[in-house]
Amino acid sequence: MKIVALAGSIVGSKTKTAISKVVEIIQNQYPEHEVVLLDLAEYKMEFSDGRNYFEYDGDTKYVTETIMAADAIVIGTPTFQASIPATLKNIFDLLPVNAFRDKVVSTVVTAGTSKHYLMIEQQLKPILAYMKAHIVPTYVFIEEKDFLRKEIVNDDVLFRLERLAEDTVMIGDAFAEIRAKKDAEYDF
Amino acid sequence: MEKYRIDQSKGIEFGLYSLGDHIPNPLTGERVSAQQRIQELVEASQLAEQAGIDVFGVGESHQSYFTTQAHTVVLGAIAQATSNIKLTSSATVLSVSDPVRVYEDFATIDLISDGRAEIVAGRGSRVGAYQLLGIDLKDYEEIFEEKLELLKKINDNELVTWEGQFRAPLHNAQIMPKPKNGSLPIWRAVGGPPASAIKAGYMGIPMMLTTLGGPAVNFKPSVDAYREAAERSGFDPKDLPIATTSLFYVADTTKEALQGMYPHLNGGFQAIRGAGYPKQQFAQAPDTRDALMVGSKEQIIEKLLYQYELYGMQRFMAQIDFGGVPFDKLMKNIEIIGDDILPAIKKYTVK
Repeated sequence: MKIVALAGSIVGSKTKTAISKVVEIIQNQYPEHEVVLLDLAEYKMEFSDGRNYFEYDGDTKYVTETIMAADAIVIGTPTFQASIPATLKNIFDLLPVNAFRDKVVSTVVTAGTSKHYLMIEQQLKPILAYMKAHIVPTYVFIEEKDFLRKEIVNDDVLFRLERLAEDTVMIGDAFAEIRAKKDAEYDF
Repeated sequence: MEKYRIDQSKGIEFGLYSLGDHIPNPLTGERVSAQQRIQELVEASQLAEQAGIDVFGVGESHQSYFTTQAHTVVLGAIAQATSNIKLTSSATVLSVSDPVRVYEDFATIDLISDGRAEIVAGRGSRVGAYQLLGIDLKDYEEIFEEKLELLKKINDNELVTWEGQFRAPLHNAQIMPKPKNGSLPIWRAVGGPPASAIKAGYMGIPMMLTTLGGPAVNFKPSVDAYREAAERSGFDPKDLPIATTSLFYVADTTKEALQGMYPHLNGGFQAIRGAGYPKQQFAQAPDTRDALMVGSKEQIIEKLLYQYELYGMQRFMAQIDFGGVPFDKLMKNIEIIGDDILPAIKKYTVK
């Protein structure tokens, strides 16, 4: 399985720290799967203008094609103005309709206050559902106080990230098996 | 309807169209040369004519995986190679061309073909042509409306005086040559949603509506909205033909049709849209109520008659060559259409 870990912001460190942890967990515990980190801070993305994603050049083409080739995506997002950052929304806008069909998508969210704990439910999951993702129901919500100097210092968060990585891989495997079985039935 | 060369006493018209896509055959990984692809299109038009098919269309796209960018030139070759079949674009991306040049080209095709040419004008669902030909995408809506109005004006008038935003003004301009019978049928290409169907209705011009798949009933609102809009601007919908289009693959059995079409449909979608065609959705397609034309000949006939009841269209256009379908499969499709499908649907739709 090809897994993409996406850090959806171009500023700050918390989301990057959290998503890097997920990458580390997958590399250590599921070495049979390939995982790539896409940190949007490292790429210069164009705004979506209606072209097909593969018709862009440079970073925009690389990032979108990498996402489209993935079987599973772990999205890390900060909370900006009670929602996802524009940089992450732009990724969705660059992709075609139904872009996440047959892909598993799980989410990690960071925020400055616990009051944003439903942001994923209200803002991100409806987009993922519209794009036909197999959404991993539970997500990991991480607050400012769970970090210290770019390290996660709350064991509960670390355990939850491990379970998120496991759920992502497990659900990915399950859907691959279901699909193979169904495809065999289709006979075309 | 006569103005648009539609004779309903002969039943519904059946046409073939191609986008001129140039995609490797997914079964072999091989892609024929652009030259072979174009020559096979010309040959397909001759086979279509022999099979009694009414219309043959060629469209333009300016991206990778296409080969009929100069679709009017290809239509010119087809005009010379055939003698009865109607010739149309499917579609002409009017927004990126000068309507005067478009009209000159099609009037010329009309003369070469002895009065068989039509124009289907659209905005293009792929945006590559805009950048390539120097058209600003921010004018996407307005530029098309303006150019279509001009095209219609050229068609309706001997001398054209016109002024607009996107082209130099015309003062008593005579656009030549004139088509054989003075004017050409000009259709508006319409995607799924009603908004652009309504615009076609307001303008009182024939509509070619894409119904590429999913429940056929989903496209009914566009048909209704078109006729309502036409009526509101003082046209009689009974005078305005509607054509529908879909991807098409027929074989002796449902299973053969599904197996024959899927790799091409999926590969074509992957190449052009960047995501394949979902198998789950494809498995539903042979159902009479689904707009995607795949199945046995009996199923295709059922589908066409069901849609005829639903939309009351005057023409159906089938895209049978999408996604690198090899020529022998194309010939087989044309043969079944001519032998079995045409006689059945004509019989039931004669007025």
